Amino acid sequence: MPPHARKSGSLPPTGGRALPWDGPAEAPILRAESLAVSVGLHKVCLSLDLALPAGGRLAILGRNGAGKSTLLSTLAGLRAQDAGTLHLDGRTYAEHGPREAAQRRGWLGQDGGDPFASTVLETVLIGRHPHLPRWAWEADEDIGIARAALADVGLAGFEEREIHTLSGGEYQRVRIAMLLAQRPRLYLLDEPLAHLDLNHQLAVLALFSRLAREEGAAVVMVLHDPNLALRFCDQALLLYGDSRHRIGSSEEVLREDVLSELYGCRLRWVERPHPHFVPE
Amino acid sequence: MPARRRALWVLVLLAVLSVGSLVIALAAGSVAVPLTDVFAALSGGDAPQAAIVLDLRLPRALAGFAVGGLLALAGALMQVLLRNPLADPYVLGISGGAGVGALSAMLLGLAGLSVAGFSFAGALAAMLLVFGLAHGVGGWTQTRLLLTGVVVAAGCGAVVALILTLAPEQKIHGMLFWLMGDLSQTSTPGLALALLAAAFLIALPFARELNLLARGAETAAALGVAVSRLRRLVYFVASLATAGAVTTAGSIGFVGLIVPHLVRLAIGPRMGNDQRLLLPAAMLAGGSLLVLADTAARTVVAPIQLPVGVLTALIGVPVFLYLLSRGQK
Repeated sequence: MPPHARKSGSLPPTGGRALPWDGPAEAPILRAESLAVSVGLHKVCLSLDLALPAGGRLAILGRNGAGKSTLLSTLAGLRAQDAGTLHLDGRTYAEHGPREAAQRRGWLGQDGGDPFASTVLETVLIGRHPHLPRWAWEADEDIGIARAALADVGLAGFEEREIHTLSGGEYQRVRIAMLLAQRPRLYLLDEPLAHLDLNHQLAVLALFSRLAREEGAAVVMVLHDPNLALRFCDQALLLYGDSRHRIGSSEEVLREDVLSELYGCRLRWVERPHPHFVPE
Repeated sequence: MPARRRALWVLVLLAVLSVGSLVIALAAGSVAVPLTDVFAALSGGDAPQAAIVLDLRLPRALAGFAVGGLLALAGALMQVLLRNPLADPYVLGISGGAGVGALSAMLLGLAGLSVAGFSFAGALAAMLLVFGLAHGVGGWTQTRLLLTGVVVAAGCGAVVALILTLAPEQKIHGMLFWLMGDLSQTSTPGLALALLAAAFLIALPFARELNLLARGAETAAALGVAVSRLRRLVYFVASLATAGAVTTAGSIGFVGLIVPHLVRLAIGPRMGNDQRLLLPAAMLAGGSLLVLADTAARTVVAPIQLPVGVLTALIGVPVFLYLLSRGQK
């Protein structure tokens, strides 16, 4: 372990901050303590502490290969951590079991492709699986939820389309609708904006912000644009790729000097005509 | 809703087709038996050709149905397990192992049940070898499982070729018939039928989870499927089903590959890949198809019997090429 690793890491989590969501105060939806994650010989983080309350939105940023997706699937309970504890609604994933965990957290992976033909509606209904008993078929209520999810991502009327006829961006939105139909409290999104045009990038981020604000959902998303992270997330986690990380509120983490070091290229903060980062 | 009703109609039609194919198999042959006599024989009445119907044709027809059902079921399961529409029950080397076992037994001069025993042992050995090698260290990816299976299958193919080279002339005919798939040696369909029922009843409760597995292992896991347990279950059920089929009738080609695709086409894209329908439909369609193919195999150039595997391949190859070219559009 490099000597600087522990020192430069974890800033205190921002649990005490006022949140836009004004529901009852409660324990964080997702809490990680001293989490160590590695993939092969590559250490992603050594001792990550994070607490994500209802309404919280955390952006994960870092260079390609820093381990953002690995960390995200660890947070989703899909792979084991090396050390530390992870609690979803106060219990570990093992204590929840796969089915109950799936009722509480949803995970959007990077597109792995779908080898078999299916329709859009059938694909979105897949998200209802954790809510259905073993022998049950999707009821009208589930179909209603799936149609509403499609409408939320701007795909109303696409129900009977075959998924292989969709464009990359449309298919990505079908996958997001599948996640919405799952109706979890915690959303873990790995590059949710992949393949999306600018309009739909903003619409998707606004959608998850609304879920956080109005329904008390918690959202973790891997993003590549610090401007979007600053605009839509209240916490940010930076992964440096050499086992160091930095976590804190978006305002204190997303700064010129910090991001310039993270990406290894100069970023400048421009105040006018509106505040944003510009690579030099 | 209409899609679900259409799917149920497909199931009903396939059930009727299954019964119909069995009746045709009992009536047709080098000696044609009138349908009234077939039913009389089945109900225990005194029919002129009761012995032909009950002792010769019925066991063979039931074995054919069981083998076809097992192969189609195994094919559908393998396609989900490997997330590959081109997978079939033989792709992971099960039939290769069975072939090595069966041909070794024939080379040693054994016959009948010993050949079946050897071929089942060979299938099990191949199954455990592939499972151990693909699963031994680290993760189990579809690619790794597929590559391991294909290599084991290739190795078995080489051994089979070697045995064919070394075998004395008079044994080669029997070996070739076994390799092409042949139902004429079957007299006891009970084991294959029991295996078919068991495989189906084990797989069906997991049908919706299989739908998720087809979408990708991580997606399935995130939606609450215990993926590694499910994969092991599917692998063993599909492998045992294949081993049972191959032991009963040799390696009959194309049923396991074609039938799931035909059923998908019949049900339509809306529910064609819903395993809750695909599994029972493929089982019924596979059984009926093989019964009809076998009936044709022993009537087309009667009294000469063709190996049924040749007929399924002759039907299967053009259908498969058609599906493949259609899929590329």
